Amino acid sequence: MINGLIGCKLGMTQVFLEGRGLIPVTVLELGPCKVVQVKTVEKDGYQAAQISFGNVKEGRLVKPLVGHYGKAGVAPSKFLREFHGGEDLLAGQVLSADIFSEGDFVDVTGTSRGKGFQGVMKRHNYGGGRKTHGSRFHRAPGSIGSSAYPSHVFKNKGMPGQMGNERVTAEGLEVIDVRLEENLVLVKGAVPGGTKGLVVVRKSLKRRLKQGK
Amino acid sequence: MNRLERLEEGLIKKDTPEMKIGQTVRVHVRIKEGDKERIQVYEGIVIRIKGTRNRRTFTVRKISFGVGVERIFPFNSPFIDQVETVREGKVRRAKLYYLRERTGRAARITEKARVYPTQQKSVSKIPEVKAEVKAEVKAEVKVKPEPKAKTKATPKVKPEE
Repeated sequence: MINGLIGCKLGMTQVFLEGRGLIPVTVLELGPCKVVQVKTVEKDGYQAAQISFGNVKEGRLVKPLVGHYGKAGVAPSKFLREFHGGEDLLAGQVLSADIFSEGDFVDVTGTSRGKGFQGVMKRHNYGGGRKTHGSRFHRAPGSIGSSAYPSHVFKNKGMPGQMGNERVTAEGLEVIDVRLEENLVLVKGAVPGGTKGLVVVRKSLKRRLKQGK
Repeated sequence: MNRLERLEEGLIKKDTPEMKIGQTVRVHVRIKEGDKERIQVYEGIVIRIKGTRNRRTFTVRKISFGVGVERIFPFNSPFIDQVETVREGKVRRAKLYYLRERTGRAARITEKARVYPTQQKSVSKIPEVKAEVKAEVKAEVKVKPEPKAKTKATPKVKPEE
């Protein structure tokens, strides 16, 4: 068994749940994922399963990758990701969203929406200055450190720069519904990235640690 | 239609209430107190219908003890027991936000002129009332067999419901 799948985000909606009211959910298309390669400790030094998602034309891939898929007997795919485990899997096997069930908790990893080069007010929630009354200090970061001591700027000081378009994980999201015939999983709350963005969904790490698994 | 839209279509409740902007409606809301459930009636004017598919909502405005109150209900809500239409309003826009700036007599909406066919339609919109109204109409028809009496009898019966 492996503890995760890859898929894409379809968007958000809402569902009414008995006794819980209106719940915001993100709809994820998870699977069918195909096992492309099973890595073993003897051969590769670690145990993992490589799985693929999404159809793509063969011509869109480089030839070594076409060969890689061909070896497993899997149709060329858009995405390829590795998961720990998978001792019981075979190359070419198809995985579906049935590894998740209602009430499970999952971590969802995606690439957040790019917001470009942003200032400190948007990027780090700095307060900024007054807009009026003769103020000449509006959205600037202000002082970034002291003089004689420590005579340098501390690491991780919030500065302007690229915001978004980075790998983000939303942890501990509840699975609200699993629709196997459509390969859909409904997860409570928001998920990083835009519609059609790739998401990696794993069983919640912190929940697993808590339960001692 | 994309996959998300198809999913949303499937989430729509089968018996969502029907209403129009400007109608005065009575919304029967299920309220849970502890383990007891009771029904509260909220009456007001429908001033807004927004959203699509399973996310549609309607806003009902009323004046409660001199204070304007607006309540937003999802059409899909399981807490709505039923929605009765009390009165049809004659309105010319889709959102009646202008009512917020008005009070008293200015905040009224003129009732839709009751033409014979329209009347028939509005009666059929209230399934529970329908049978009773028909029975009463029939009883009155027996007394006065004139067809015109039939139409005039219906509006009189409705506000009592």
